Amino acid sequence: MKELSARNLSLAYDNTTIIRELSLEIPSGQITALVGANGCGKSTLLRGLARLLKPRGGAVYLNSSSILQMSTKEVARQLGILPQAPVAPEGLTVKDLVAQGRYPYQNWLQQWSPRDEKIVQQALSITHLQEMSERSLDTLSGGQRQRAWIAMALAQDTEILLLDEPTTFLDLAHQVEVLDLLYELNDRGRTIVMVLHDLNQACRYADYLVAVKDGRIFAAGTPDAVMTEETIQAVFDLECRVVRDPVLGTPMCVPIGRKGENKSFSRSV
Amino acid sequence: MTKAIASPPRGSNQLQLSPSLGLIVGVVILLICLVYSVSLGAAEIPLPQILTSFTAFDGSYNHLIVQTVRLPRSLMAILVGSSLAMSGALMQGLTRNPLADPGILGIESGAALAVVATIFLFGSSSLSVLTVAALLGAAGTAILVYFLGSLGRGGATPLNLTVAGAALTALISSFTTAILLVSQQTLEEIRFWLAGSLAGRDTDILLQVLPFIGVGAIAALALGKQITTMSLGEDVAKGLGQQTAWVKIITAIAVVLLAGGSVAVAGPIGFIGLVVPHMVRFYLPTDYRWILPYCAVGGAILLLVADIAARVLLKPQELPVGIMTALVGAPFFVYLAKSKVKK
Amino acid sequence: MKLDGLVVRSQSISFQIDRRVPPVLLGLGAVILVAIVLNVGRGEYPIAPFDIVKTLLNLDTGNPDHAFVINTLRLPRTIVAFMVGIAFGISGGIFQGLTSNPLADPGIIGINEGASLAAVAVIVLFPSVPIYILPLSAFVGAFLMAVLIYSLAWNKGSSPILLILIGVGLSAIAGAFTSFLLTFGQIEDVSNALVWLAGSVYGRTWEQVFSFLPWLIIFVPLALTNSRHLNALNLGDDIARGLGSRVEWQRGLQVLVGVALAGAAVATAGTIGFVGLIAPHLGRQLVGTNHQGLIPTAALLGGGIVVLADLLGRTLFAPIELPCGVVTAAVGAPYFLYLLIRNRQKSSL
Repeated sequence: MKELSARNLSLAYDNTTIIRELSLEIPSGQITALVGANGCGKSTLLRGLARLLKPRGGAVYLNSSSILQMSTKEVARQLGILPQAPVAPEGLTVKDLVAQGRYPYQNWLQQWSPRDEKIVQQALSITHLQEMSERSLDTLSGGQRQRAWIAMALAQDTEILLLDEPTTFLDLAHQVEVLDLLYELNDRGRTIVMVLHDLNQACRYADYLVAVKDGRIFAAGTPDAVMTEETIQAVFDLECRVVRDPVLGTPMCVPIGRKGENKSFSRSV
Repeated sequence: MTKAIASPPRGSNQLQLSPSLGLIVGVVILLICLVYSVSLGAAEIPLPQILTSFTAFDGSYNHLIVQTVRLPRSLMAILVGSSLAMSGALMQGLTRNPLADPGILGIESGAALAVVATIFLFGSSSLSVLTVAALLGAAGTAILVYFLGSLGRGGATPLNLTVAGAALTALISSFTTAILLVSQQTLEEIRFWLAGSLAGRDTDILLQVLPFIGVGAIAALALGKQITTMSLGEDVAKGLGQQTAWVKIITAIAVVLLAGGSVAVAGPIGFIGLVVPHMVRFYLPTDYRWILPYCAVGGAILLLVADIAARVLLKPQELPVGIMTALVGAPFFVYLAKSKVKK
Repeated sequence: MKLDGLVVRSQSISFQIDRRVPPVLLGLGAVILVAIVLNVGRGEYPIAPFDIVKTLLNLDTGNPDHAFVINTLRLPRTIVAFMVGIAFGISGGIFQGLTSNPLADPGIIGINEGASLAAVAVIVLFPSVPIYILPLSAFVGAFLMAVLIYSLAWNKGSSPILLILIGVGLSAIAGAFTSFLLTFGQIEDVSNALVWLAGSVYGRTWEQVFSFLPWLIIFVPLALTNSRHLNALNLGDDIARGLGSRVEWQRGLQVLVGVALAGAAVATAGTIGFVGLIAPHLGRQLVGTNHQGLIPTAALLGGGIVVLADLLGRTLFAPIELPCGVVTAAVGAPYFLYLLIRNRQKSSL
């Protein structure tokens, strides 16, 4: 199993440092969710882990070698990244998109090996897109489209898959559809790291939760360990109660808000 | 309507002077430029003589030069500069598009095609005919660009309008070129005008377009309050109880009168309408009741200065002033595109 | 289910293209041949198609004038039209792929203006310069323009939108200098430059064919072999990088190819607008978005469009000859309109 880790990683856009000297070990074979308030740097961290952003300091390691030292194609065969809300060019068909996932394995003589074909087929079947493979992406629903992008990342055939908010712009049913797919992929042995907005979904699906605040890791561990009222107060500046998810028993955050405050006040009086 | 808006309404924090004082300062600067512009030329004419040509015209050669050549030309610069700047401000406010300008959106090229086509079809036509042709050309192109731009993804966004304008300009100028190719005579007659120039303009021409531009300017100044509201977004303006459809129509007419009238006399002069409103907004809050008069004065100063530069830089050769404004304005456009348009 | 594609495989080579590509390319080739023969036959001195084919095959037609009219006058201009169209078609395909913007075209993002400025400068300032200098100077102009656009709009991978806006601004600057030259040049030179600016293959000879040919020989194969990378870049910077593409390097190479083809074409026949816009679009309708099939299709479509535009320009208002640039613009603008409307319908889904 490949180990992904960051050591003393610093990331910046122009002159604004977002992530400062951060170290993190991604547990192999598990689902890790990065959570935190808007602008805390969780997406930046994910981009850094996927070498989309060059570090200002420190490095990201795959096993023991720094990914900046490896050829970018070599990295692409071990680590796939799906950025937030990717936009497909007009008219691109599902199968053409998914076939792009084989890019890191191709050269100008070998452009469509039998293995390429097999893996693309597999990716389509795992994501249940065989029926739609000839359709162009802009005719699909939001959930189907996101599945197609995930299928492309799958065709990359990597052990590690990074996703930046894979559920944005999807309605609730499609969010669950995508998260279930990721759960199934993890079941088949992939390491998954994703940025998630919804804390409760993060707790349900993730084995390992990383709470980011101001470019640093505030807390990391199992959802049970991380999702406390104190942590949420500190990370999101939000008062809440943590209860149990009625279905899975995972922690669930219920915000109090002004209305809740008034209510509890009037009750106590 | 538009999504990618750039210029956010500024607070009034930048306003140190009272707006009316600034306007007076502007007018004084304009007068100084005007005097300098009139005194500039092949023949040295001292300042007192210039003044006496107004108070006691004696028919002397110098007086004649001032009254029939230099003054009309300078007044033309003032007229054209202020109307282009005002039309730019109107367009920027109405479409909430920081890149709007009658040149960039293709309106000037449309007016130019109409003028060239008229000369080609009917020979050297009278100026009133050409003016009407330019206005019609401007109106047609404005409608077409807005129509095309708002059909694009996301409606009439700065990008859609700009791209539609650029494409239409390409089309229109290819027609213009085709006409000029077929008729060398039209080319000879018009090539200096086509580059945008204020040379050889006399009082007649000025009087010819004054009514059009005047009506446009009055409408523009009267629309200040409505444009301010519109610049918050059409939906907001509607919510505040504005008759947005009427405001849009009247603004469009004012834009066409101002821009079309300018092109009729001076040819396509680009970027004044882009640059001046932005410079004015550095100093003023987003209140078009003040922005529009400031634009009028600022545009006049800018074009007058550009014309002076065009006359001085390569003496005795004279540059078409449209080239000067493009050389200054286009880099500014690039800067705006970089800093103001959200991706 | 099987993936619908034409697969070629042997031991160490494998290759896949869309099934539609070979028949489309063959069909286009046939149409272009017919158009070329028609174009050569038209004119003040009409020649029957059969005689044209005979002359081209170097057979005697019994009329000694045929060889002169065809080989010296009409064939070179038609071939120039074809070659220029290929260059514009590929260049447009590359820029649309790079910017993921269906409205990008070397004309719209300012490359052509840069090439024009450089070439007009040469025509007006040094009227006696030999013809093969023109492609070179236009390439330099286009290249400088591309470098400017790139450094202003593409640093740190900024957006395609910015690219187009910056292109519009820089076009205006180049255009100002061009009209400056046109205002002050000798009227004969200006007239020459204007014919050329409108995009025309009028009076082009074998000299132009041979000064343009090296550009095609070098850059067309480059475009074809690199189209695989264009597919990756087409998905956006982040995705391409995630797939292991060396984004900056690949993009630089693509831009170089696109600029070289557009620049040399502009130098040979002026700015024939909208071909770079239309050809890739029609190509996508015919063979889909995969650039491995799309680039050759766009090339042939571009070639065909310019040959047909030239044919139309010569016949519509004969004896007055319209430059083919005017014809392509007249066809291109409505097409542009169509694209905008179609875009809106797509986005409302």
